[in-house]
This record gives sequence, structure tokens and C-alpha cells, in this order.
Amino acid sequence: MESVTTMDGNTAVAHVAYRVNEVCAIYPITPSSTMAELADQWIAEGVQNIWGNVPVVQEMQSEGGAAGAVHGSLQSGALTTTFTASQGLMLMLPNMFKIAGELTPTAFHVAARSVATSALSIFGEHSDVMAARQTGFAMLASGGVQEAHDLALVAQAATLKARVPFAHFFDGFRTSHELNTFSLLTDDQIRAMIDDDLVREHRARALSPEHPFVRGTAHNPDTFFQTREAVNPYYAATPGIVLEAMERFASIAGRHYRLFEYEGAPDAERVLVLMGSGAETARETVKALAAKGEKVGAVQVRLYRPFSAEHLLAELPESVVSIAVLDRTKEPGAPGEPLYLDVVAALADAVARGERPFMPRVVGGRYGLSSKDFTPAMAKAVFDGLKRQDGGNAIALRHSFTVGIDDDLSGTSLDIDEAFSIEPDSVTRAVFYGLGADGTVGANKNSVKILAEDAGRFAQGYFVYDSHKSGAQTVSHLRFGPDPIKAPYLIGQSGFVACHQFTFLERQDVLRLAAPGGVFLLNCPHGPDDVWDHLPRSVQQTIIDKKLRFYVIDASSVARGVGLGSRTNTILQTCFFAISGVLPREAAIEHIKQSIRKTYGSKGEAVVKKNFAAVDGTLERLFEVTVPDTVTATEDLPPVVPDDAPDFVKQVTAPMLAGRGDEIPVSLVPADGTFPSGTAAYEKRNIADEVPVWREDLCIQCGQCSFVCPHSVIRSRYYHEDALDGAPETFKSAPVNARGYPEARFSLQFYVEDCTGCALCVEACPAFSPREPGIKAINMADKAPLVADEQANVAFFETLPVNDRARVDFANVRGVQFLEPLFEFSGACAGCGETPYVKLLSQLFGDRAQIANATGCSSIYGGNLPVTPWTKDGEGRGPAWSNSLFEDNAEFGLGFRLAADKHLELARELLIRLAPEVGEDLAREALDAPQIHESEIRAQRIRVAELKTKLLALDNEDARHLLSVIDHLVRRSVWIVGGDGWAYDIGYGGLDHVLASGRDVNILVLDTEVYSNTGGQSSKATPLGAVAKFAASGKRVQRKDLALQAIAYGNVYVAQVAMGANPQQTLDAFREAEAYAGPSLILAYSHCIAHGINMRFGMKQQDLAVASGYWPLMRYNPAMRAIGENPFRLDSPRPTASLKDYAYNELRYASLAATRPEEAAELLAAAQKSVSDKYLQYEDLAALDGSHFRQDATGAGKV
Amino acid sequence: MDLTTDYMGLSLKNPLVASASPLNTDIGNIRRLEDAGAAAIVLPSLFEEQIEAEIAHHERLTAFVAESSPEALSYFPEPAAYQFGPHQYLDLIRRASEAVDIPIIASLNGTTNQGWVSYAGEMAEAGARGLELNIYFIPADIALSGRDVEARYVDIVQAVCAASSIPVAVKLSPYFSSMGHMAQALEEAGAGALVLFNRFYQPDVDLTELKVLTDLKLSTPDEIRLPLLWLAILSGRLKASLAATTGVASADEVVKYILAGADVVMSTSALLKRGAGHMATLTEGLEDWLLARGFPSVDDARGLLSQRRIDNPEAFERANYIKILQGYEAAAS
Repeated sequence: MESVTTMDGNTAVAHVAYRVNEVCAIYPITPSSTMAELADQWIAEGVQNIWGNVPVVQEMQSEGGAAGAVHGSLQSGALTTTFTASQGLMLMLPNMFKIAGELTPTAFHVAARSVATSALSIFGEHSDVMAARQTGFAMLASGGVQEAHDLALVAQAATLKARVPFAHFFDGFRTSHELNTFSLLTDDQIRAMIDDDLVREHRARALSPEHPFVRGTAHNPDTFFQTREAVNPYYAATPGIVLEAMERFASIAGRHYRLFEYEGAPDAERVLVLMGSGAETARETVKALAAKGEKVGAVQVRLYRPFSAEHLLAELPESVVSIAVLDRTKEPGAPGEPLYLDVVAALADAVARGERPFMPRVVGGRYGLSSKDFTPAMAKAVFDGLKRQDGGNAIALRHSFTVGIDDDLSGTSLDIDEAFSIEPDSVTRAVFYGLGADGTVGANKNSVKILAEDAGRFAQGYFVYDSHKSGAQTVSHLRFGPDPIKAPYLIGQSGFVACHQFTFLERQDVLRLAAPGGVFLLNCPHGPDDVWDHLPRSVQQTIIDKKLRFYVIDASSVARGVGLGSRTNTILQTCFFAISGVLPREAAIEHIKQSIRKTYGSKGEAVVKKNFAAVDGTLERLFEVTVPDTVTATEDLPPVVPDDAPDFVKQVTAPMLAGRGDEIPVSLVPADGTFPSGTAAYEKRNIADEVPVWREDLCIQCGQCSFVCPHSVIRSRYYHEDALDGAPETFKSAPVNARGYPEARFSLQFYVEDCTGCALCVEACPAFSPREPGIKAINMADKAPLVADEQANVAFFETLPVNDRARVDFANVRGVQFLEPLFEFSGACAGCGETPYVKLLSQLFGDRAQIANATGCSSIYGGNLPVTPWTKDGEGRGPAWSNSLFEDNAEFGLGFRLAADKHLELARELLIRLAPEVGEDLAREALDAPQIHESEIRAQRIRVAELKTKLLALDNEDARHLLSVIDHLVRRSVWIVGGDGWAYDIGYGGLDHVLASGRDVNILVLDTEVYSNTGGQSSKATPLGAVAKFAASGKRVQRKDLALQAIAYGNVYVAQVAMGANPQQTLDAFREAEAYAGPSLILAYSHCIAHGINMRFGMKQQDLAVASGYWPLMRYNPAMRAIGENPFRLDSPRPTASLKDYAYNELRYASLAATRPEEAAELLAAAQKSVSDKYLQYEDLAALDGSHFRQDATGAGKV
Repeated sequence: MDLTTDYMGLSLKNPLVASASPLNTDIGNIRRLEDAGAAAIVLPSLFEEQIEAEIAHHERLTAFVAESSPEALSYFPEPAAYQFGPHQYLDLIRRASEAVDIPIIASLNGTTNQGWVSYAGEMAEAGARGLELNIYFIPADIALSGRDVEARYVDIVQAVCAASSIPVAVKLSPYFSSMGHMAQALEEAGAGALVLFNRFYQPDVDLTELKVLTDLKLSTPDEIRLPLLWLAILSGRLKASLAATTGVASADEVVKYILAGADVVMSTSALLKRGAGHMATLTEGLEDWLLARGFPSVDDARGLLSQRRIDNPEAFERANYIKILQGYEAAAS
């Protein structure tokens, strides 16, 4: 018996793929990672495939590697699959050609996603699968969760018969991440679809020395062409095979699918053709319009390749006069997007051959790129555009139209009637605004399960996240109803809107989605009697205008009252059930309690009871607010950005911040991906409840706090005391505590609105009060009472003169605090271990740095809109930052160096040539200038400025050329930044090559020892004994010693640093690396939420990593070798703690001890031995004399 | 030499018991203790608060960071086998009971009679032959009367004994107005044995950072006097067995406790310092002493110097105090 369940698309697909395969080679990539993670999890649980054995999953170093492993496994006869998306699919392309060329059955499952162009996007569209359509893979598109589940099986059954490999795809996020209620296939049903004879035939075709042959030969012009044509019969047969599989599936599971499926009036005149989740929307819209008598229809394309014109035409009514083909991709410069061209070709051929009486008008359009919502109103707009005008054949719709955006540049977009809706009244719709860490999404997922699995409803849940890693907003869209829910688009009008964070009301129009007469639930500390007075004016107005029933709960106080701490999920979930009316109240509460027992039962009776108490407490503390007739508030939403913000920020950034980015017209967005620096300063997120407060009387002005601050919210300046004139009363300062500054004051300013409240600074502060227990020079305090004063203080602080870089001694940590961070207020996690290094880079070298950033956490917090943290100094200089891809970052950065070196060479040549005209002395000085120390850089900048002035006065080509490259006379600092997933795995080949190039690049590896951005998958940096995804039972292999590998070259500067253990060593390493004229590699230990630690103690954990010998601090400086010294310096002392002291503070190690204590103990012992051995090895290296190390032959290390 | 001992109905091969300590989480150590002569092993305590704290900590590190980024809905592999609360502890009991022949005594540490009482039953099922209930309660609420505190102890013991099919020992502190009366009350509440005494880990102060230190100091032999006093007073007056703990570094302390009336003697600190093998030194030392003095069995020596059996019972009372003081002054002068 099939069971009705609720899962997301990834799980629904993986459920089938796992059961019909033996091998799975993967690499994590959003939004497909979940499928591979589930396979790994099921293996750990011993779940069997339909042949009664447990498949094997192998994580690879890249998708290219995964495809290679898949290819090899297939060639060896195993049923093999992979899961991927986007760039991952791009990296698989070469192998896909091979796999298809060799007629190898397999089904890849693709959560279709945008391919990065001028920008990366993790969201759904078909540009990836469209780029793969030439490979020879068959392509099967699913439109929803049930369909993806079912067609995953159809794909597998069909590929075995057809021998043509399949890419089964479904829309990233919209389907991959949508929870929906559907019928789960039984293992018997799955079994019935797979023909074991075909499995054995696949095995029989495998490479085997028992019956050898060669496959993968190289051909000459005489035969290659023919081999390509030899496959034709297989492709010709494939549509029939797929159809037969679909029919067999219908007989087994009762659900019917066709290659192309028409929905609508039998005599339709206007038809949409499209595939994926958009087709589901179009078909539902057609039902609604056809019911009103409109002659419309929609064709859902399922088998896209091989494209069967015959089957398409069979579905299209002959009455059709106008067709719009919607592509969820963009092919710039093409006469139309791929599906459009295919449909036109099919129709034209049919008409030409006389199989159809006339050629309908066919137009192509684009929709839904990067998960842009595609709604029934948009589908209707397309249908409206297909109408014949004035009785003639002309239609309003122009080819190459767009729907869903405002294209004011090329005029392609359609007007939408936003009021159009097909949502039935029987469906309950609810929208919840929450904060990433407040449990809102988890609670809603639980509600979906309750309603679908316990209460027999059909349910849908879709969750929208913003791009910040700390304080991210989540919006949950939930639908519940008596029938299956086919609505793959966001809720437009909701009968229930919950706002779980009061501050959201001050930032955006939370009630925009509230339906008239609906319910509004607000979680806030205010009671029913006074909450009204705290609402902004526009919120009050909307509540009155829409006649909303308004409820208020103080969930935090209920949670604290029953001992649940800050966990408010159960409470807010109870509110929803109590007032939404989705179920009778009593029954709803009963269901919640059952669910609590199910969820928390394993955690003990006490936890269950607390949650029960929370449910009961909620009902007592949930109040309906009597809504006054008139608006009483005088204050409205504050402006999103200040009035003095640049135009771009006001026109583009501000709407994005306010959640209205969809409304930004095409003309306002940069066409080439170029965005202004420094926009993060305009987003005052105010996400911390507590912020640091300075005790100037206790402070020793050491700079440790600002050094470790991940969000650059701690700034220091020293200045003449006269500058304090006009300072706000609460502005703090202290005399500079160094000698030689008699009239100087020192101020430490906290940017509290940008602070995430991580408290790393408090932990780093070494200054204790001698009389007040527990008080340091920095202490956390409630933010709310401080904000207004600190706003004024920040404004005043910014009027103080910036300290002159050339006069700051930043050879020590204390001095660094006076350098402006040119990386500020990023969206990184609170307490992030990476960003302090990134900030340090920006402080030391930012004004002449060019940064290549690998995709990963650092590219997301560094470059994900709406705002970016890379900024510029008062002189307008700052890091020039770019992200190319994940896998190519080292090469990308090397390209920076090559261009810089070439242009430096050109500049020098031109300057030599122009020396008589600009002045021989100036030219000579500029050409010979040393540029290691900041004062030298400053002097060179003055020379270059002078040269520019002189060149501008010259009217010749050489001068103009020199002006275009003269900035390279100031030493450019090229940085290549990324995480360990890049450096150790996917980008390792490139990184190795760049190290071997001898070029002057600086590579900073932010080593979290795990793929942090995609959710904690194991990398080759993951340590022995730690748990990670794909190493669920603990990593069994030591982490790669990248430092020693790089040292082996002899001419690479290598440093291993951990700021929390030794900030001075970190600083020294950064400066030495940058000064070194060859390649430099810095491996920076970065604590991470994926380690499972309290981030407040991240730096202390770094200290323990070093103290235990796990992460020895070292520097290898080839310059030392050049002067006959030992270039290898071990900077950390012998271990003073055991590995256990360090490791068991982290969940990644401790959870294994909890789940498999004996294995954990064995692994810990092995890890301890490895750490001890490694330290001894380093110690031995440090004790050698210089002659034992390879001579640097490049000359880069010469001093 | 007959060292066999009855401890709350458990028949032990000798009176030496390895007290609750981190050593006893390792099956290898548990086996070594048995080999070295331990007659029973008390597992480290399952703390009432530990279960909740563990869940809260785990949630903070996993659930709180989950579901907040579109790319990373979680950061750890699904903890399919991650079991909270007593599961791991029950597993330890199970493995320990299977690994050795001597009785395994489980230990519960709590200050209320709430949900965790049910664990007592589960521990018996898992193979524990006895249960040690460690009531570590500091009445920091100054509104709480001595009577309230005593009632709380009795309530907990009653609740646990009612839930337990195996004998229950109560490990308690000496800080009662009338220790003897309290001992009697606990016996009436169902305690099969009393373990004298619990050492409260008292705080220290860090003079640099002005904070309270809560580090652990292992016990030393000069701490045996207080338990010795109450063993001597209680010996022969209760049906419940008596266990001595605190300060057992060598066989001397073992003998002293036995002479005062202890049925069994427990050691933690010395084993932590010197390893499981030290248990052999203690048992052999006891046996040697008994042999040297011509005692055919440990029972013959037990309670020989208890208050009831010595000629000068006032040695354990106020008169003794005066004598000590006078003696001290005499020595000082």
C-alpha cells in the first residue's frame, strides 16, 4: 500500500534513486546537496535498495570528479547515479558526453539552478540543464514533488531499456525544497518497475578481463562521424520506451503521465508550452480560465530530450492559433530560447509536411529565472497577450517577451493583474515571518507534518531565506487543504500572517500579504493593552483598513516561564493552531501534544512536560487585541536608508532591503555585474539583543577586541583632545596610554546597530576590573537603551580624523586597531572565525588589494546582495573584489597577477620612454622605489600622483597609455581567498599550479575544515575523528597537510596561523606573506558553527587547538633560506593540553562519543597519535639547519 | 581468609568497592578493577541536570543554527543514533554488567523526585545490581528549614526505592542536625545502605580575575575522620549497610573504616591518581593486616572500634573533644 506522506522534492527523489542504485558518487552543491546527504544517512542507517543491499556513496573532490567516478562505476557494471545542479552539472558535461556516447544507462537527478553569469545564484531555473542538452542525455522534467518522485523511477526504468542516460530534473528550491503531501511508492512498486534482465544486461556490458574489449578509443576523420550517427536508433526508440514506462507506472501506481501533457479546452485557441513547476501553475490556471469558458490550454513538457515532435503535436489541439512557449532560461543572442525553437521547428515541419493545416503564431518568452515567482496572474497575462486583436490574427504578445519583471529597458515585460487569483477558499494559507535561529521554519515544517500526517490534510510548505548567515529573515508560506495542493508559487493573500520578530514591522510591510478580514499574530513583549501604541503608523492603518483580527503573544516570556529558555517554536506553533482555524482548537492542541511526544519523547519526560506546559501557557497568554477605529501612532517606518545615501543605494539597495527587490526595474540594475563598494554600511540590521559596552577607565588600549571582531564594529582612533569639542555627552574617550602623546585621546567606538552580539571581544579582552567581580574593559549590555546615544556617538566618531596609515605602527596588534577596516558589517555568522582574517587583510593591504574570492561562505558574506561589505577608505581606495567560480579561484587570482605584472612592465617601459618629459629624477625614483613599508607606499603614491599631473599635461599617445596603467607602479597586492573546500578539494589542482608558478600572489585559506557554506560536508581538511556530512561515523583519514605540500616547493612562503592562539603571529604571517615576492600560502584556522561550538568561545577554542598541538603555528619563509637560515619556524610551544581537551568541546567530535563511544575512543587515540607525530615532525624540521631545505631557484626569496 | 561481605543484600567477595569516578566509564578500566580485586563497581553518576543540559546544549549547537540559510539547512549529519538522556548510561550499565562478574552499581545524582526516578527501573533492567542515590543538595535558599531539607531527602529516597527493584544505597552529606536520626529516617524510607559521606565540592576564589573557582580537589587521608566518626556511631544501630568513602589512599584507611564499622569501603581519589591496579594494593593490604592480626575473617574485625563495642564510647562524643583540645594545648606548650 502506498502511504501518503509529506516530504520535499529532494527527499522524494532521493527515496527512489537510492533504492534503484548501487553506487552514488557526489559532490555537494545547492540545491541538490540534500539528496546526497540523505543517501549517506540511509547508508549509515543500513537502509537497503530493492535488491536487499546497502548502496555505497562516495563524496568526490568536485562534480568533475563525481562524474568521472560515475562513469567508471557504470563502465564496471554498477547501477550508478549522482545528484547535482548548476556549475556542478557544467563540470559533469565532458563525462556526460562520454556516458551518453557509450550508451550507458544511468539517471542523474538535477535540482535545476541558475548557472552563474554576471552573478551567482543558487536558485531555480533551467540554464544548467539547457546547457547539457547537447550531451546526448535524455531529459525528463518534473513539475512537482509527487511527479519528481514518480519520474525518478520512470527515468531509471527507461534508461535501462533505452541505454540512453537520463538527466531527470526538477526546479531547484521550488520543487527540491517544497514540502508537499504525496503518495510514497512502496519498495514493491519500485521493484516492479525495474527489469532485472536489463540490470544484468548492463552488467554484462561492463569491462571485465574475463571477456575483454576496449571502449573509449580515439577515432580519425574516417569514422568518428559515423559513430555519432550509429546511436540514432537508440534515440529514436527512447520516447516510446519512456511512454511505455509511464504506462507501466500507471498500471502499478495508478498515476498517469505522458511525454507531453495537454490540459485545457479541447478547442483551445491559445496555448502555453512549458516545463517544470511553471507547468503546474499554468495547468492550474488553465483549469480556472477554461472553467470560465476561455479557450485556453497548456502543454506540459516532460520528455524534453529526445524531443518527440510527434507526441507534442498529438497533444496540441488543431484549433490552436497562438502559442506562447515559456523558457525558464536565457540564451542571449539566440533567435529564441531552446524550448521555443524546438516547438517552432516541430510545428513548422508539421505544417510544411501538411500534417497540420496552418502555422499558429508562436512566440517565446522567459519567466522565473533564479526562482523568480511564476504565478497564475503571470500565466494569465501571457494568455491575455495571446488573444487575437481586433478580430485579426495579430496578437499583443511580442516574441522574446518576459513575465514577472519590469523590463523598462527593452520593453519585453508584460503587465500583470496582481489581483488575479485562482486559490480556492478551501485552502488555508498562512505566512510566517521569522528569524533564522528562532525555530520558525522548524516549527512550520512540523505543522505541515501534523496536518498532513496526523490530521489527513494535504499540505504544502515553502520557505524563503535571506542571504545573511546571522540574523537572517525567513518567510514561511504554508497551505493546507482537503485536496492535493498544486500551487508552486508564493502566497499572495494570506488569511493568517504571523510576525515572530517585532523589529520586522519597522523594516518592511509585513502585512502586505494579509488578506482582508484575516488574522495577524504578533510576537512581542507588549501586552494586548499597550501593543497598539508601539505599532508604526502604517501597520496600524493596514490593520484597520484590512479589518484584521489582531492577536498578540509574548512567546519569549512563556518560554522562559516553563524553562524552555529562548526556544519559542512550540509556543508560536500553538498560537497558529489556536487561532488560524485550520483545525478545531481542541483537536489541534491534541495533535500538537502528540507531535511533541513524538519529537521530544526520546529526550526524556521532563522535556516533554516542559513543552506541554508551553502549549498550555500559550493559550493563557495569547490575547486578541481590541483594534481601535483610528490610527494613533505618529511615527511611521523609518527610512530604509538615510537620505544622504547615494542614488544607487536609494534606488536599488533600499528596495531590496525592504523586501521589494522584485519591483526594481531592469534599467536600474547593472548590466555587467558591477556594484558599488561599501553598501553594507547602509543596512543597519540591529540583530543583537546585547552589545558590548566600553569601560574606558579599565581599558589598556591593546586592540585585541577590534582584532577579533568578525563584523568590524569596533573602531579605534587616537586624536588631539581638542577634537572632542562638541562631542555628545555619552561619547567616551581616555588619554592615550602610550608615552609621547600628552594631549592625545583614545576612543573605542562600537557600531551597535551592526553588531551581532557574538561577544568574542569580551572574551578577548584581557583587562579586568580590580574591584568589580566579572567586569572587564568590555562588557555585554542590553542594546535597546543604548541605540540612540550610540547613533550619535558613531556619527561623532566618524568626524574624528582617520589615523594616518603611514604613521601607525602596525607591526603589532595594538597598532592595527587604528587601520580602517575595508571589510565591514558582513552578513557572516555571529562570531564567525573567518571574517577577522578577512578584515585584517583589508586593514593591512586593502587600499591596494585585488581579491579573487572562491565561491563559499566568504563569497556569500562578501558578495551576496542586497549589500556588500567590501568598502573603501576616505581617499576612495579599497579592495577590488571579484568571485569567478568555486573551482578556479587560484587560477582567477593568478590572472590578476599576470595582468598586473604585464601592465607594470608596460608602465615601466612607458615611463622610461617618457622620463625626459616628466622629469628624469621623478621617473627614476618611481621606477626604483622600495614598497614594503607603508611609508614607502605612501611616498610612491605621491610620486604617481605627480606623474599623473604631468602626464595629463602631455598630449601624446604614450602619455595616455601610461595614464591607463600607471596605477600599477604602486605595488598591487593580489590575494586569493577561499575556504578549505576550494583549497583542499575542488580547487586544489589550480592552487597547486599557482603555487608552482612562482608568481607573487597571496593565498589565504579560511580553513574551517569542512564545507561550511553548503552545510558541513566533509573536505580533505576535515580532521581524523570528526563527524561531518559524508563522514557521519567520523572521518577515518588524517586531514591533508597542505602546509607541508606547499613547503615542498621551496619557494612558497607558508604560514599556519590561528588568531585566537597568537594574534601577533597571525599579523606577522600576513605581513611577511604579502612582502614576499613569490607565492604565499596562509592557512588560517577558522572556528565555525559547523564545529558545533559556542561561538562566543571561538577564539579560546583556537587557542586550545594550538595548545593541544592539533594546529601547530608555523611559518616557512624562503627568504630565510636565501640567507642560509632555517626557513621553517615553529611558532607554537610543545602541546600543553591533550587533543581531547580541545576536541571534546566541539560537537563534531563529541557527538561521535555520544553515538559510538568505542569507535570515538579509538579514533581519538589515533587522532592524538597523529597530532603528536605531526608536532614532532614539525619540531624536527624547525631544528634542522637551512641547508636541509630546498633552495629557492626563482629568486623570489632573495633579500 | 574470609573477606566476603554483605552489602545491602549483595554478596561481595570482599569489602572493597570502586566508587563512582570517571575511570568507570571505560570497560577496560572496569575489567582492570575486577582483576585487581574490586568487589563491586559504582558507575559514575547520571546527573538529573545532565540530561536536560545535554539536550539544551545539543539544540543550541544544532537546531539554533539550522533552517536559517537556503544553502545549509543543517550543519551536521542527521544524528540517527544520537540518543539523549539515560540511553548512553543504560548502555554503559549493560556493557559493564556483561564485562565483569562482580555487581555493577548504578548511580543517580539528583535533588528532586521528578521524572528521573523512572530511570531507576530502567537501570535495574539494564543489569545494575544496586543503585547508589547521590543526593547532592545545597540548601542555598535560606528560607528552607532543616526539617524541609530532611523531608526532601526522605521523599527522594522513598520515590526512588518505590521505583527500584534493586537495593538502593543513599550517599549523603554529613550536614544534618542529627545525623543519626537522619540515617534512621532514610533507612525507614527504604535505603538499603548509607554511603558516608558525599564531599561537596566547595568553591575557591581566583584573586586575579575576581571569580569563583569550581575546580575539583581529590580527597586526602586526613579527611577520613568525619566519616569514621559517624560510621562508628551508626555501626550496629541500623539494619542498613554502611559504606565508607572519602580519603581511602592506602589499606590503612580501609582497615580503619572496617574497624569503625563500615561494611564496605570505597575509593575514588587513589584510583584516579594511581590507576585501577591500586585496588589490588588495597585488598592485599587489608588481607595482610587481618592475617597479621590473626583475624580469620573481615567480619571479625568489622565494628571492633565502633562506639557500641569500645570500652570508652565517649571517645566519639563531646568528652573526646575536650580531651583533644587539652591534648593539643599540652602538645603546643
